[in-house]
Amino acid sequence: MLFKAEIDIMPLKALLDPQGKAVTSSLKNLNLSEIENVRIGKHISLEIEAPSKEIATEKVEEACKKLLANHLMESYEFVLEEMTGAEA
Amino acid sequence: MKFGVITFPGSNCDQDMIYVLEKIMGFEVVNLWHKDDDLQGAEFIILPGGFSYGDYLRSGAIANYSPIMKKVVEHANNGGYVLGICNGFQILCESKLLPGTLLHNNHQKFVCKNTYIKADNNASAINQGLDTSEALKIPIAHAEGRYFATEEMLKEMNENNQVIFRYCNENGEVNAASNPNGSLENIAGVCNKNKNVFGMMPHPERAADMELGNTDGLKIFEAMMNAIQAVV
Repeated sequence: MLFKAEIDIMPLKALLDPQGKAVTSSLKNLNLSEIENVRIGKHISLEIEAPSKEIATEKVEEACKKLLANHLMESYEFVLEEMTGAEA
Repeated sequence: MKFGVITFPGSNCDQDMIYVLEKIMGFEVVNLWHKDDDLQGAEFIILPGGFSYGDYLRSGAIANYSPIMKKVVEHANNGGYVLGICNGFQILCESKLLPGTLLHNNHQKFVCKNTYIKADNNASAINQGLDTSEALKIPIAHAEGRYFATEEMLKEMNENNQVIFRYCNENGEVNAASNPNGSLENIAGVCNKNKNVFGMMPHPERAADMELGNTDGLKIFEAMMNAIQAVV
């Protein structure tokens, strides 16, 4: 079975996100002063072949823990779905 | 003592490091490639500065899974010496050989300038022979150098003298104004619990040749080698 994972990786809330801060202040220059607390992370999508959704989930977890995210500075969450015939 | 300097794709301080060790200090050096799976008998491994893998994903994250890193981890776990400078420090944090991580500078800019650092203590080979009141002028060049560790980790590191260098001013005062990137507690370099793996953001290899008008970096390497060779 072929699955697709959509992974969001965000800087931990407790940490200063200088990129998000710079973008927040730039939005204020555009007269969008209502916008606050911009935080910038990464979005990663990947495809994975696995015999079940459980195993695919485990593999994506492993990829996030070992390489895609660093738990000291980032958190991650993902949505995993089986790819349909047309997509695959 | 034989040194091994690793070149990763994107390393750019490897040749400077080899030059200092070989031509200025007279040590035997072997240049190792990231795909090697043998340290060729090197007793002291150096991970140089640069932008391994273009800093893709996170600085140091991909280089951490280069084939040679398995050997580096083995070497470190057997008590062998390892030093990471700048990107090398980032790789060692990603590999968990060193505690903590390096975040984007708090001002979001790449910073390339001379800074002052000083030995925080004399507890490890790299700072044993240094005067803890002397400010050393060492250049930095990085965008991700803001040292971060959890409160708990930091407490343990301080208790165990694992902070090796802190940023300071010319007079050796550690304060907010002398912190170039927002590092926690002005931390410029750390070591592991066993004190055989070191990492630092400043570049001592760029301040080690008389021709460049600053040899404070050479002072660090010489003090370190005197401490190591006194034991051997």
